[in-house]
Amino acid sequence: MNQRSTFIFSMLCFGFAFLYIPILLVIIYSFNDSRLVTVWGGWSIRWYIELLNNENILNAALLSFRIAAISATVATIFGTMAGLILARLRAFKGRLLFTGMIAAPLVMPEVITGLALLLFFVSLQNLIGWPSQRGMNTITIAHITFSMAYVAVIIQSRLTEINESLEEAALDLGARPARVIWDITLPIILPAMVSGWLLAFTLSLDDLVISSFVSGPGATTLPMLIFSKVRLGIAPDINALATILILLVTIGVGIAGWIMHRQKQSKTIS
Amino acid sequence: MSGLLINLDNSFRDRLWKNTIVAIPYLWLLLFFLAPFLIVLKISLADPIVAQPPFTPLFQESENGSFSIFTTFDNYLYLFQDSLYFITYLSSVKLAFISTILALLIGYPIAYGIARSPQPTRNILLLMVVIPFWISFLLRVYAWMGILKTKGLLNGFLLWIGIIDQPLELLYTDTAVYIGMIYSYLPFMILPLYANLEKLDVRLLEAASDLGAKRWEVFKDVTLPLSVPGIIAGCCLMFIPAIGEYVIPALLGGADTLMIGRVLFDEFFLNRDWPVASAVAIVLVLLLVLPIVYFQKKQNEEPLTES
Repeated sequence: MNQRSTFIFSMLCFGFAFLYIPILLVIIYSFNDSRLVTVWGGWSIRWYIELLNNENILNAALLSFRIAAISATVATIFGTMAGLILARLRAFKGRLLFTGMIAAPLVMPEVITGLALLLFFVSLQNLIGWPSQRGMNTITIAHITFSMAYVAVIIQSRLTEINESLEEAALDLGARPARVIWDITLPIILPAMVSGWLLAFTLSLDDLVISSFVSGPGATTLPMLIFSKVRLGIAPDINALATILILLVTIGVGIAGWIMHRQKQSKTIS
Repeated sequence: MSGLLINLDNSFRDRLWKNTIVAIPYLWLLLFFLAPFLIVLKISLADPIVAQPPFTPLFQESENGSFSIFTTFDNYLYLFQDSLYFITYLSSVKLAFISTILALLIGYPIAYGIARSPQPTRNILLLMVVIPFWISFLLRVYAWMGILKTKGLLNGFLLWIGIIDQPLELLYTDTAVYIGMIYSYLPFMILPLYANLEKLDVRLLEAASDLGAKRWEVFKDVTLPLSVPGIIAGCCLMFIPAIGEYVIPALLGGADTLMIGRVLFDEFFLNRDWPVASAVAIVLVLLLVLPIVYFQKKQNEEPLTES
């Protein structure tokens, strides 16, 4: 037993070191005083101060958060509808096409989705004059389109897990289907909707490629700004920015994990 | 089994409700997902011209007022004639394939270790696999730039402990792309493997070793065959996005790292050849979709042949 355990244990250590050392190094070097990013020049928070004074970065961050919040909310609504259709409506005209259109964004390379949407927006502009300018609205539409597919899959898998008998009972007792969905189905899938929203938010905040395609002059999201800086080499203020984002994510995931853990415990007790 | 949304045809109000729920996401996807692809298909059949937009229209009104369709397969012929594209496709598949295999070799023991840990530790380890997944992809790739640079941290460390006496050329090479790919997609590999290995019935392993199987044999003959679905799921989740990857080769790869996502991006933004870029996109979609359809068909057929 021991020989195997040693191997597994060392692989676990190696794996987590591999996953976390790069992140830790970014955090440590964000406090580096030296402009040369790989030379240690003592501790300092100058890059954080520089970051807070950098209007471009702050504007880009604000734009990214706004797009992420709007697109995640719309994607959750549309994705929940789509998940409901996939799980509860077994046969309708055009179901095959619908399933395909939900599955395709999940496997489609970002470059292709981005290219397709840009060509679409350009053609549409030539045809009907809308969108007159590409920017926040086109990025938001693009993000809704790919993240609603992720939400739909989450909702669908949650709905197939839960028993339909509650819904059937309510229908048998004479409740209108709209009432049943509102009063029974939605409360049950609420946690799945929350995780769907969080996933959509993160996907939108993370997206570089699709945004680069469908954006226009004047609309630079945070990943686009980071990419243009990082392409030329390492930038110390990006280390500081990365540290802040990593901190936010870790706190968020930690809280979510803790809540889920408590829910599980209270379920096993009762 | 009556579905919630199936027997809604009792009243007009219910029907209207159902149709609204179906129509909204359906129309959205038709408009913003399907229509764009049809446009890509259309543009891939057009000639490039110097104008805005830079391609010839598909329909053209001739003098007598009738419409005629202008299509050309030149862009596709160009793809097959220029060996660059063929080499790039092969190179993307190779890079994605090798990194998937390496990630499987690294991820499998990790997933196994997590699945065999006692309960409180297991949840914490799982959370630790998930956290990097939520951290920006771009920033995680960027983190490796500082490590792999010629005067970077890895070379500094290796020089310091004396394994090498010349700094290694790592950043802007294929090696850096492999490291970046494995690093970025490792959670995608570990999670499905874990989900599979966690469900594995320990009694089967005990039975095998009670019957005299050595530890290696138990793994080879029981654990490994039972975890094949997890292996396939993990490999697909990693291989499919890895083929079209843009950020990793753009940041970590060298000028000679050919990946199709990058060529497409450059063809579009640097050369501004939209028709050829569209043709590249269509071929890439076919290369990705056909194997997926084939696999799904095979999976659907399997239960029939078994029963």
